[in-house]
Amino acid sequence: MTAPAQDGYQDGNALAGPLGELFAVDLTVAECRCAGCGLAGPVASLRLYGPAPGLVARCPGCEEVVLRLVRGPGSAWLDLRGAVTLRIPLGSEDAF
Amino acid sequence: MRRLAWRVAELTAIREETPTARTLVLRVPGWPGHLAGQHVDVRLTAEDGYSTQRSYSLAGPSDGEHVELTVQRVPGGEVSPYLTEVMEVGDQVELRGPVGGWFVWEPAAKTPVLLVAGGAGVVPLMAMIRARRTAGSRAPFRLVYSLRDPGQAYYADELRHPDPGLDVTRVYTRTAPDGFARRPGRLTAADLAGSGRPPEYEPDCYVCGPTGFVEKAAELLVSLGHEPGRIRTERFGPTGG
Repeated sequence: MTAPAQDGYQDGNALAGPLGELFAVDLTVAECRCAGCGLAGPVASLRLYGPAPGLVARCPGCEEVVLRLVRGPGSAWLDLRGAVTLRIPLGSEDAF
Repeated sequence: MRRLAWRVAELTAIREETPTARTLVLRVPGWPGHLAGQHVDVRLTAEDGYSTQRSYSLAGPSDGEHVELTVQRVPGGEVSPYLTEVMEVGDQVELRGPVGGWFVWEPAAKTPVLLVAGGAGVVPLMAMIRARRTAGSRAPFRLVYSLRDPGQAYYADELRHPDPGLDVTRVYTRTAPDGFARRPGRLTAADLAGSGRPPEYEPDCYVCGPTGFVEKAAELLVSLGHEPGRIRTERFGPTGG
């Protein structure tokens, strides 16, 4: 049904909707550190492959899988084993 | 902030941009507003329950309950042929958003801006241009718009008479209009150096287009001395539209 891929991937900006369904903060602006090579950058800059059977986000530096998201009926599966950390910007007024 | 939910949107107007692209004006009750550069997910559900969704950039700034999307028809796609050929004023579609806080322009920003568009990648950049106008911003803007031929130009009338402080440079890759000085060809460093904000201005750069275009344009910007941290990119991948 879908057109042949013109390019292999899109980018993490397209995760904003699927992740927005799960989290109350926008994770695409979070800085994630790759477990493979240590590169840190916004989730928006990951290389995103998908949509079927799930979304796979790879590191733009080393191609390691950083994040996988599968949306099934009634639940979502999120695999973050390729991310060492996610640094999520919060307003300074929220500091504790 | 609550988690994202689907809303029902109704098509209120259509503007043809090119023979294969059109702008849809949708009314979304309860729309919370958005920033230029953000996008929405659109979901279609068939009678048998099969549903599929795609992301589309918002083409204009927030205007009450109305939002605009410009959709390019992708032959054989699952969503774009419906949006561009079948959907009529009064029809409804499911939509969720706004989403995406990375590829956005804040109207209060005073920094010079360099926008680099490849084809349909001009959509979120046009939202920034329109948001600049709406906000009365004086931030210097420059748009470098790469397109195959003049017939592919979105927002042609509006960009023919740019707002004060906005420069528009077109780069034709296949066919240029008669008398156009630059020969047709892919975007080069000279296009960006000659017409873009020089790196010394430290512009915020926004690059949007097909993946290959974005990679190349970002590479050229870095080679010209633009700070990688000031370059934000958005790629369409396997559009599958």
